[in-house]
Amino acid sequence: MRTLLALLMMMPGLAAAQGYAGLGSAVEEGYAQVERGRAITFPQDHLPHPDFRIEWWYVTANLLGADGQDYGLQWTLFRSALAPASADETREGWSSRQFWMAHAAVTSAETHRSAERFARGGVGQAGVEGAPFRAWLDDWRFESLEGGADAPFAPLRLTARAEDFAYSLTLTTAAPPVLQGEAGFSVKSERGQASHYYAQPFFELEGEIEIDGERVAVTGRAWMDREWSTQPLTADQTGWDWFALRPEDDVALMVYRLRHEDGDDYVTGNWATPDGRSEPLAPGTIEIVPIGWTDIDDRRVPTEWRIAVPSRGIEITTRPVNAQSWMDTSFSYWEGPVRFEGSHSGLGYLEMTGY
Amino acid sequence: MARAVPRLIAPLIDRQAVPPTVLRALWSYWRRNPIQLAALLAGLAIATALWSGVQALNAEARASYDRAAATVGGGAPRLVDPQGGRIDESVWAALRRAGWPVSPFLEGTVEIGGESYRLVGVDPLSLPANENLDLTGAPGDDGDGDGQDGDGDGFSRFILPPFATLAAPGTIDALGGPDVTPGTDDGLVLPRLEARMTLAEGLLVVDIGVAQRVLGAEGALSALLLGDRAAPRTPLAETAGAGLDRVEPEAPADLERLTASFHMNLTAFGLLSFLVGLFIVHAAIGLAFEQRRGLFRTLRAMGVSARDLAAALLLEIVTVAIVAGAVGLIGGWLLAAALMPDIAVTLEGLYGADVPGSLALRPAWWAAGLAMALAGALAAGAQSLWRAYRLPVLTAAAPQAWAEAQDRWLRRQGIAAAALALAAVLLPVLLDGLVAGFATLGALVLAAALALPLLAAAALRFAERLAAPGLARWFWADTRQQLSGLTLALMALLLALSVNIGVGTMVESFRTTFTGWIGDRLAADAYYRAETPEEAARLAAWLETRPEVQAILPNYNADTRIDAWPVEVYGFADDPLYRRNWPLLAQSDGAWDALGASTGIMISEQMSYRLDLDLGDGLVLPGTVGSRPLEVVAIYADYGNPAGQVRIAADLLHDLFPDVERLRFGLRVEDGATPALVAAMRTEFGLGLERLRDQESLEALSLAIFNRTFVVTGALNTLTLAVAGVALLTSLVTLSSMRLPSLAPVWATGLTRARLGGLELLKMLCLALVTAAAAVPVGLAIAWLLVSVINVEAFGWRLPLHLFPLDWARLGLLALATAALASALPVWRLSRMAPARLIAVFAAAR
Repeated sequence: MRTLLALLMMMPGLAAAQGYAGLGSAVEEGYAQVERGRAITFPQDHLPHPDFRIEWWYVTANLLGADGQDYGLQWTLFRSALAPASADETREGWSSRQFWMAHAAVTSAETHRSAERFARGGVGQAGVEGAPFRAWLDDWRFESLEGGADAPFAPLRLTARAEDFAYSLTLTTAAPPVLQGEAGFSVKSERGQASHYYAQPFFELEGEIEIDGERVAVTGRAWMDREWSTQPLTADQTGWDWFALRPEDDVALMVYRLRHEDGDDYVTGNWATPDGRSEPLAPGTIEIVPIGWTDIDDRRVPTEWRIAVPSRGIEITTRPVNAQSWMDTSFSYWEGPVRFEGSHSGLGYLEMTGY
Repeated sequence: MARAVPRLIAPLIDRQAVPPTVLRALWSYWRRNPIQLAALLAGLAIATALWSGVQALNAEARASYDRAAATVGGGAPRLVDPQGGRIDESVWAALRRAGWPVSPFLEGTVEIGGESYRLVGVDPLSLPANENLDLTGAPGDDGDGDGQDGDGDGFSRFILPPFATLAAPGTIDALGGPDVTPGTDDGLVLPRLEARMTLAEGLLVVDIGVAQRVLGAEGALSALLLGDRAAPRTPLAETAGAGLDRVEPEAPADLERLTASFHMNLTAFGLLSFLVGLFIVHAAIGLAFEQRRGLFRTLRAMGVSARDLAAALLLEIVTVAIVAGAVGLIGGWLLAAALMPDIAVTLEGLYGADVPGSLALRPAWWAAGLAMALAGALAAGAQSLWRAYRLPVLTAAAPQAWAEAQDRWLRRQGIAAAALALAAVLLPVLLDGLVAGFATLGALVLAAALALPLLAAAALRFAERLAAPGLARWFWADTRQQLSGLTLALMALLLALSVNIGVGTMVESFRTTFTGWIGDRLAADAYYRAETPEEAARLAAWLETRPEVQAILPNYNADTRIDAWPVEVYGFADDPLYRRNWPLLAQSDGAWDALGASTGIMISEQMSYRLDLDLGDGLVLPGTVGSRPLEVVAIYADYGNPAGQVRIAADLLHDLFPDVERLRFGLRVEDGATPALVAAMRTEFGLGLERLRDQESLEALSLAIFNRTFVVTGALNTLTLAVAGVALLTSLVTLSSMRLPSLAPVWATGLTRARLGGLELLKMLCLALVTAAAAVPVGLAIAWLLVSVINVEAFGWRLPLHLFPLDWARLGLLALATAALASALPVWRLSRMAPARLIAVFAAAR
């Protein structure tokens, strides 16, 4: 579950009237609908699904610098259709109904830097294309390194540059993508809201990050999420707490809690290995409990957590690398690297919205 | 006092220390005198409202300068085609992908109903932040009929079909009202109109795709606006191929300085209004103290300590300050919100500052406003508080004692007034700078206020001596006796009137000077600016074929620095037009010949102040190739320009600055041929409104701007007078009951109550007249200080002072009306008073 809410600002008219960020709204008429059993195929599904309302390409990474410091990194491209496709209108060029937003961030123990960019589709400023794969908004890029029509997805280059930070990294993996939920059909509520969702949690990466002109060589692991939907949330879901963890070298554990107004939260997750095996963790079998809070401006954000997945022998507590990892973007949220200890220890990423 | 404060406050903390009975006894006074309480609250509330309202306006305007720009697309540097042609939009996308913070921009002219409008297309997603295009929804209504704000719907409406056309309200009226979809004379339809306060008249803003369709320029752009984000390391030419020229924005970015004059006037106005309000508070608290003297003595005699009494009074003042301050802040906010659109348009028009027509609330503003109310109330009440603390228990609580004390107070006031007047005279001599200017202003205003009672007393004594014995002499003597009680209210009236005259004179002087000046200065019949030298050449060639064009006059300039100060160097063509019309403040003999011979230079007034240059002085003008010593032969006014400016012969400009861009020109045209020529130029070259202007429309624009300024100053003037009116009313209501012992004997001699009331009214009118008469010279002194001292110190240019005696007469009448209105209630009460009450005066010994 990723920052759907970021699309709030792109659908401002929906926000006020139709529940949280319009994501729980009933305006999906005219858009394509998520279907159980729809097969996810590659490389086609790396590319946009313009008939769905929202979609994203989301990369986070835990990095170790040559200076011995832990770093975190985020690169995200959101697509949002502001209106459903309609037969009687030609929507090309500047009239494109597709809008794009990108977020980038770098986190260290001392600082958290973030930036955002906006664009509309149809005029070359932003988009996602295949053969070879290429996702971009301005000069922020996520693209396959090898050329040609049948080039492999990985290796990829990931770059972004803002006023006070920049990065350029190479991502490699041999593992197949992980289909989340039921073969890529990810249920978000007991009432059936869902999305199509796959991930690539097993990227290895190396490259360079730059903060205030200081360059640091880094190596680490990246996790990519791909998700598209038209109405993934119910109106009474108020935010979420989402963890991407690597408890073992060959395990990617994703758990999240969708918070409901009435406190009846929806908690679920997924356990995946590089051999392509992916097993959903059923609602009710996971515990996610906040144990420590941080004041960020006038917000009180839970930044320390206890997570238990008894069926997998997981009993850990997480702590942020930088508790102030607040994404100060048009729609703001918390996103940053975490360390965990307990039955397992390691690194991961945490995203929290709605605080 | 300072040492006493902790001891005064201590009982407030320990609530047991101030017996509730004391508080109840003190408050019972206000229950019995609700009008006096209302006046106290109203005075402080209005003062706070005026002050905080002005502060809110200033804060809002200042905060928006960061995002301000001349017009949409005019505030950012831009990349243009060197040949003046259009740019393919793929160049824009390529630059974006290379990390360049560029935004597409397309402009052109559309004809609607025979009128030309400038159509601008932008992409709000990449528009530089300082362009500040308001897409949050139309003010007040999002067009869905529910009267609610659009919650940002404006953004979707702008970029998605069926789209929207943004325009200034005046332009929308001209096009048939909001929600109209105007059709161009070419048969194309523009999207639905939506009003935006911040847009210039005659400008239509649409989404870039809409502009391409309406202007028939699919895939093409006129310019790329450069955002303020740092450009990437990739060189421009590498990405953009043939390359683009970078053009700096037209208007200097130094908006803060340009608009400072306006803000300073508003701040001064706000401060003076606040002072007026404090006079009321002082009067009300002082009178309440005097009237409760007996009560205080009783309380002290009953064993209440001086400390407890003073603490209770302090609590009273603080409560009043908080209540009135809060009410005043709300009033101030409403005032600012009401005036904001006018201010926004004024600043926008005057200086190109783009101020949103709405108001944001800032916590610092609330805190400052409340602190101001509290500090003001404490300052106004300090004297009463101190006297209550030191009150001798055994002194008789007679009004006569008060009157005598007031006499002593008057004498001290006279000394203070004299000292302040001396300071006002000496300060400008001894000190330079803006602070000295403001200090002088403050000293002058206070001196005048303090001197007023003395002056009035003298005038009344003089009248008394001339009057025949009997009723007439009693009238003058009684008026004089009443003076002490009305002193503060009259001071408030004096301040309100003189501030009115001062600010009014300044604004009117500014308008008279500026409109006259701009008329002379815009001597040419039309002005245009070419985008590129090639276009300039084509324009010149075309214009030379037109018989009605008598001369093409250079109007371009090079930039240089003198003493690190940016200076614009303009070239003059030798044309009779300039000799005839160009306004000069001072000139040597043969100034124009010396200029033509490249030995003389004309400098702006700012230059002459800043560099201390006068006629006949030498000035070395540094050019890009060499420099040239020149003699200052004339000084001219250049109002509002933060940079220095000089004018030399055009040939000399070309010698010193061979690279100067020759893009801007003026035209001398046969009488009456200008409109047709301008229309022909638009048809031929598509010059937008910004780039091609005839002299008449420029003048009309500047006049419209000043009319907006008047709305604001007029509103503040009225409110200041209202404050003074409240002060008078308070004092009169209070005095009316105290004065019964003086009036009763006169009534007993056979004067009817109605006659007595009439005399009371006449008295007030006399006092108001004396005050108004005194306000004229004080107001003129304020105006003189503003235009000749403070303006010169702050901006480097002096305004000639124009006098507007009719305005004084109008203000005098207003003062009389205010006094009459304020006296109405007490006079009406007196004329309806039960005779028993008047008789009772003889029975009851106070």
